[in-house]
Amino acid sequence: MLEAPRDTPAEPAFSEGGARVVPFRGGGFVAARWRGASLGFFAAALLIWEAAVRADVVSRLFLPAPTDIAAALWNLATSGLLWQHVGLSLVRIAAGWTLGTLAGLAAGLAIGIWSLARAVGLPFVSALFPIPKIALLPLLILWLGIGEAAKIATIALGVFFPTAIAAYSGVDAVPRNLIRMAQSFGLCARDVISKVVLPGALPSILAGFRVTASIALILLVSAEMIGAEFGIGAFILAAGNMMRTDQLMAGVTLLSVLGLLIGTVLSRLERRLLRWR
Amino acid sequence: MELIVQNVGHAYGAVSALDGIDFTVHEGEILALIGPSGCGKSTLLGIMGGILQPTQGRVLMRGPIPAGSLNPFTYVFQDFALLPWRSVEGNVALALEHHGLPASESARRIEEALTRMGLSEFRAAFPKQLSGGMRQRVGIARALVANPAVLLMDEPLSALDAQTRELLMEDFLSLWLRQRLTVVYVTHNLAEALRLADRIVVLSRRPGRVREIVSVPLPQADRAAPEAQATLAKLHEELWGLIKTEAQIAEREMLAGEAADA
Repeated sequence: MLEAPRDTPAEPAFSEGGARVVPFRGGGFVAARWRGASLGFFAAALLIWEAAVRADVVSRLFLPAPTDIAAALWNLATSGLLWQHVGLSLVRIAAGWTLGTLAGLAAGLAIGIWSLARAVGLPFVSALFPIPKIALLPLLILWLGIGEAAKIATIALGVFFPTAIAAYSGVDAVPRNLIRMAQSFGLCARDVISKVVLPGALPSILAGFRVTASIALILLVSAEMIGAEFGIGAFILAAGNMMRTDQLMAGVTLLSVLGLLIGTVLSRLERRLLRWR
Repeated sequence: MELIVQNVGHAYGAVSALDGIDFTVHEGEILALIGPSGCGKSTLLGIMGGILQPTQGRVLMRGPIPAGSLNPFTYVFQDFALLPWRSVEGNVALALEHHGLPASESARRIEEALTRMGLSEFRAAFPKQLSGGMRQRVGIARALVANPAVLLMDEPLSALDAQTRELLMEDFLSLWLRQRLTVVYVTHNLAEALRLADRIVVLSRRPGRVREIVSVPLPQADRAAPEAQATLAKLHEELWGLIKTEAQIAEREMLAGEAADA
């Protein structure tokens, strides 16, 4: 965050034998820390929201108060329904993301390292990447049935392409001079790959994880809204159909927390693995 | 070991970079390669150490590879070429890992190389945390740990500031005076060549050809002495005379090339 410069008062007309101080024009535009400001703003927003609902400025039906949402979450947790929905969602996203990531890494690294794989794979990946993968869900349901497989496959497909692209661009970004250096020390091709190419591609691959995590979350919810009995997406859709906006917002809150958690895990991972940057 | 360059030429497509290069690097000498920018010095060094294929001629080695040499032809790079994700120690270890040495032997060699280059206290640092001079010390330590028969240095000091360059050059020289490695040293800096080299190969502008081979008639240990300065200044003038016109033409050539690309 940048801090805009504040206008400094004009220098006093200080004069010493006709000499004046050179006016200062630098300063500002530096990141400044505002500890507590973000938390305060967040709390204020919640308070205003709560007050607006309680004062009937907005209808409870369309926008439930934060306390209503919290109560809905509490009911969900105590009834045991929460774990059923969240558990199934977690299994789906974990399975889909892992499958898509493994396949995407294999394809992307092959494209990056091996020119034949690049010649064959790159047009394929480029052509299929732009398809919104949720559009394939009906087809996948026809192929795999209405069960878990179609949902997991949709997520895996959505994750596969960005992962493959992140992996091969990561390989492409490894400086040639490092590869030449490794060869000059007599490292064999396998060592060049494991000691130079893969660690060099890691930052790009990890950046790809961030993208695919959010794609996986979107596809999870969409797939669960199209055909599932349980899962956060199905829960939100059902709540909407019954005009239970408190439950609906509780589901959205769960998604937000899930997204934050995934983001935190990825940040930790990056900090650990990319300490050298 | 002797390194014999025989009629070596190199072309990038239709553009000839080097043509008919002939000279021999003698055992235990520092041979400097100088010439105007773009004359193919680095290309020639790449060919001499076997990381570039010449399009003409060949490079021969004569004499035994010293026992314990893990990488007979070892490079020191202008841009250091350190792995940013490895510590200083890890970067030096890279030269040893694939040779299956006993762990104690590797550790001993690494320790020795780090100590020789004054890096002991920086062993855990990442390259990013080091100054340019320290990074190149790591580059040299990595080369030394492999115990090379020929050390091929590609403008090793060009990326450093003048003071660091001076310090590193003196350190490298005292290292060399203790253990007379065979060194091929590419530079565009005449003073560097005159301080370090036994002989200086002067290349012409593109396509690079050997214009002259100049011997420096003073032992390296004496070249810092005041009495040596007159001789060195004369040689400097002589070398500059050989290069100046070529450098001027080369400079214009490159600018014309850039203009044509734009």
